[in-house]
Amino acid sequence: MPSQSRLRMSENDGIMTVEFVDRNILDEANIQAIGDEIATVIERASPPKLVLSFSNVDHLSSAALGQLITINNKVRDKAGQLRLCNIDPQIYEVFAITKLNKIFEIHDTTEEAVGSIA
Amino acid sequence: MAAPDRSNEADRTEPMRGTVSVLNERGAITALGERVVRAAGAAGYAEASCFAVRLALEEAVVNAFRHGHKDLDASVPVEVSYDIDPARITISIEDAGPGFDPSAVPDPTAPENITKTSGRGLLLIRSYMTEVRHTGRGNRIEMRYDRPDA
Repeated sequence: MPSQSRLRMSENDGIMTVEFVDRNILDEANIQAIGDEIATVIERASPPKLVLSFSNVDHLSSAALGQLITINNKVRDKAGQLRLCNIDPQIYEVFAITKLNKIFEIHDTTEEAVGSIA
Repeated sequence: MAAPDRSNEADRTEPMRGTVSVLNERGAITALGERVVRAAGAAGYAEASCFAVRLALEEAVVNAFRHGHKDLDASVPVEVSYDIDPARITISIEDAGPGFDPSAVPDPTAPENITKTSGRGLLLIRSYMTEVRHTGRGNRIEMRYDRPDA
C-alpha cells in the first residue's frame, strides 16, 4: 500500500505534530515516502513548526536518521523549528551513539516539545 | 549414540542457525531480521539484545546491497549465516562485490560529517556488536554479540 500515509498529523496553533504510524522505520522506500510527505508540510508552512513523535516506533535504521537530517535541513532553510519527542530509551541510544542527540532538540513528551516552540 | 543436550534451547521450533541467500527486497530483509530475533528470543536473549542484533543485521545487509552490490545485477543475493547459542550470537554477511576498506570510512560523528545524510551504518554495527571483523576481500563482515549477562 505505497500510497497510504505512514504518518498521523494534527495541527494546533501553527504547530504540526506528526506521529509515525509504523513500529519499524527501516525500509528505504517507506522512509523516502515519509520524507516526501513531511517535506510537503514544511513547504506549506512559513515558518514551519514541526514536532515529530516516535511513540509508536520500536526500530529505526541509519537510513531513517538520514531522512531526519534532511527534514532538519529543510526546516532550518525556512527558519523553522523542529522538535523530536516520545523516543524510547533504546531508540534514544541510536541518537546518542551517532551524536545526533546534539543536533536535534529532543523532548520526553509531545506537550514538552510543543511547549518549547516559540 | 546419545542425543545432544539441547536443553538450553527454549524453543526448538525456531532454527538456531542457518544460511540464507537474501535478495534486495524489503520483505526478505525484514523476514530475516524477524527470524533471527525470534530465535534469539527463544534462546533467552533480552529485548535490548534482540534490538542490538536486529539493528546490526539490518545495517549490514543494507550496506552490502547499497555499496557492495551497487554495480551488480539486482538478482544477485547476499549470503547471510547466523548461529545463536545461549552465550553468543554470530552473524556473517557476504556480498558479491569488490569489497571495501573499513578504515577508509569517515567518522560520521565528526563535526564535518555530523549533518551528512548517510554513513552511520558501520558505526551502529560496531557500537552494538561485541566484535566486528571484515574478511575476504573486504566483502564479508563477521559480527559477534556476547550475551551481556552470560
